[in-house]
Amino acid sequence: MATTTDHAISALTGHPKIYEGSRIPHPTPTILQVPDDLRGDDDILEINFGPNHPSTHGVLRLVVSLDGEDVVGLKAVIGYLHTGFEKTMEQKTWWKAITYPTRMDYLSFQQNEICFVMAIEKLLEVEPPPKAQWMRTLLSELARIHSHLVWLGTAGLELGAISIFWYAFRERDLILDLFEMVTGVRMHTRYVQTGGLAEDIPPGFAAECRKFIDVMPKRIDEYETLLSNNIIFLERTKGIGHLSAEDAVALGQSGPMIRASGVDWDIRKAEPYLVYDQVDFDVPVYQEGDVYARYKVHMDEMRESVRIVHQCLEAMPEGPWILDDRRFVLPPRSELHTSMESLIHHFKLVTEGYRVPEGEVYQVFESSRGELGCYLVSDGGPRPWRVRFRAPSFVALEATATCLSNSLIADMIAIAASLDPVMGDVDR
Amino acid sequence: MSWEHVPGYFSEMEAFGETTVRIDRPRIADAALHMRDAEGFNMLSDVSAADYLGWGEVGVAGYWGAPNGRDANAPGSWGLAKSPEPKPTRFAVSYHLLAIPEARRIRLQVWCEDGESVPTVVPVWPTADWHEREAFDLMGIVFEGHPNLVRILMDEDWEGHPLRKDYPIGGEPVRFSEAE
Repeated sequence: MATTTDHAISALTGHPKIYEGSRIPHPTPTILQVPDDLRGDDDILEINFGPNHPSTHGVLRLVVSLDGEDVVGLKAVIGYLHTGFEKTMEQKTWWKAITYPTRMDYLSFQQNEICFVMAIEKLLEVEPPPKAQWMRTLLSELARIHSHLVWLGTAGLELGAISIFWYAFRERDLILDLFEMVTGVRMHTRYVQTGGLAEDIPPGFAAECRKFIDVMPKRIDEYETLLSNNIIFLERTKGIGHLSAEDAVALGQSGPMIRASGVDWDIRKAEPYLVYDQVDFDVPVYQEGDVYARYKVHMDEMRESVRIVHQCLEAMPEGPWILDDRRFVLPPRSELHTSMESLIHHFKLVTEGYRVPEGEVYQVFESSRGELGCYLVSDGGPRPWRVRFRAPSFVALEATATCLSNSLIADMIAIAASLDPVMGDVDR
Repeated sequence: MSWEHVPGYFSEMEAFGETTVRIDRPRIADAALHMRDAEGFNMLSDVSAADYLGWGEVGVAGYWGAPNGRDANAPGSWGLAKSPEPKPTRFAVSYHLLAIPEARRIRLQVWCEDGESVPTVVPVWPTADWHEREAFDLMGIVFEGHPNLVRILMDEDWEGHPLRKDYPIGGEPVRFSEAE
């Protein structure tokens, strides 16, 4: 077996596609090694950056080797927020496991929830009714704006732009109010059910949501006047943290990361799911691959999301919000008071759960920070055999060593923030 | 489309609109290189490992509640309606590949027993670095040739691999749970 591996790696040296002209460190792609001529130098200072540092968006630890102000070595250490969600979900019924994905990426919770439920529906081979599809699209776009606003506020804060934080969180609160109106809670909503939605959309939601999307484009203009023409912000974001298109693909990047590096790739366009093939939107792509390009992608995506939410409200169909398939959908509440069979059925679904056919699926979803993948294995029983989430932040952090090579310590904060890591998503 | 020309090809399967190509374990790096350079799968989305210990059997370990695990046949239990198809070995490692911009996806799969190692694909797709470290950390699969195969999510001195089915749930003993 050893010979086969040796052969494969030697074959790679004949195909230096990835490493020629690439800034990805070698041999470990995620560790920036201190160069040989500097190693052992007394002036090299090794600093632990985190895990409890306000600028790391959670509990990210960066072990940085400094030569004066230059970053010459770097290693990202994660796992401080590992909670074993995947293991826990194996112990829960499919029905109860839906609460867990929302806790992973706690800024775009709706999207994780929808992705997991879509994977279950793929195994069950069912499709939710149109109203549920449109509402899921609407919610996942609101979640995208929500997540980008938190990113914008905190990333700005780290560069000393305090006002943007207050403005961004003001609008974030409006979105949380909308979530509260629909689902009853502001975060970790668990509104999506297998086969549709848990409840009908409340009356008056469309009007409230319209108020928000009417005001939002003006607010995004406000942010842009605060930052896009701010000389300090431009100086601190332009031309740093560079990631080329080839390196981004080799490092498996997705979402705003890859679009800021000049790769026109968006799962919503390329492999449409929900109703993304019926709405009109553009995919912002920037060629520079620096922190400023990532900022611009985030801003443009918020505008596009507002457009999608607007179209969803216009097109929202009438009708049922969940399938009438009693294999996995709870009986309507009204039946429980009159029908013994419905009561028994309700009880069985809640206690024992429903069975999902045997098989394995990989469901992808364009979340706020890239490709969210859900790999499910079912043995035909009422509980998942294996749940795995391909977390976009986890993959984004693999690019730290590449983005931070040849940078200054002062730029490190801006670059780490531009990767948009959510540590709950990274560590799961 | 047939994938028989892929190095190390063993079998292929279509299910739920997804293609799974099973590859001989020692040749996964060759297959990966072929997929990247000849078939255009330039991105590795994900590496997922799964443990099939006790798949479809009575008394699967690692389940909360019953000391014997779950009984697939006992009435009223959270068992199975029918026994699932048997699996070739204990562990499976799935590589989810993606071709940008054509938006094609495919799953490569290798199977191994406990203690057998899988050749690394880090030289083919650098993004495999952390994915393989995670599979090693949580599932205990050794990737031969990986430049830095150390734990990533758990502590460095952690014992055991938590996502394995024989890893105990709960961590702390529950009083009287043995006394039935």
